Amino acid sequence: MACRIHVAVSAAPFDQAAELAAITAGRTDIGAVVTFTGLCRDEDGRLAALELEHYPGMAEAELGRIAAQAAERWPVQALTIVHRHGRMEPGAPIVLVAAASPHRHAAFAVAEFVMDFLKTHAPFWKKEHGRAGDTGWVAAKDADDDAASRWREAGVEDAGR
Amino acid sequence: MRLVYFAWVRERIGRPEEIVEPPEGVETVSDLLRWLRTRGEEYEHALEHPATIRVALDQTHADHDMPIGGSREIALFPPMTGG
Repeated sequence: MACRIHVAVSAAPFDQAAELAAITAGRTDIGAVVTFTGLCRDEDGRLAALELEHYPGMAEAELGRIAAQAAERWPVQALTIVHRHGRMEPGAPIVLVAAASPHRHAAFAVAEFVMDFLKTHAPFWKKEHGRAGDTGWVAAKDADDDAASRWREAGVEDAGR
Repeated sequence: MRLVYFAWVRERIGRPEEIVEPPEGVETVSDLLRWLRTRGEEYEHALEHPATIRVALDQTHADHDMPIGGSREIALFPPMTGG
């Protein structure tokens, strides 16, 4: 299935409605669009801002590789991955994944697969800026590694659920 | 070759990038990390747990046993935390 892949890395906030419209505009063959939006949370009021560092060039390339893997594995018609970098405050959107397919199962699976691999493979790093003036790099979670490796073990049938 | 550093690896080494000429015998990613640790305490501090360090050869993820020969840009960074 031909898949329209759109990947972007930018400091500017993204327009979720515009990204969705770009997927569905002029098409009548799409049956499901699943979107995931990752937001900057305030960590119970402790956090003033997050600073997202990225590896320019590789960040885009890696998101493209993840998208291509997803498109090869599931019947997905369109896949958009947008990730921001720079400083963002609690409530601000950080990442958007939108997957379109004829039926919902593939769209759900693709959105989850992309996020699991993005967490462990896309070269972005979060630094916390606390309200108390403290700063610190966010540590990677073992649970994220487990989530990504689960897709390697799962067959296409299992993963499509 | 050009080395580029990110996040706390960059902060601990104290620079975002540099050009280096590794000596003869530095053939794999592991060799490179071992050699870099001999270059000063800032490198030792950044790379004290080599298994934690993630590496990309010309902007593609690489395992520590991979040869680095021919790479133009080698990136060292901590486990990723985007999304």
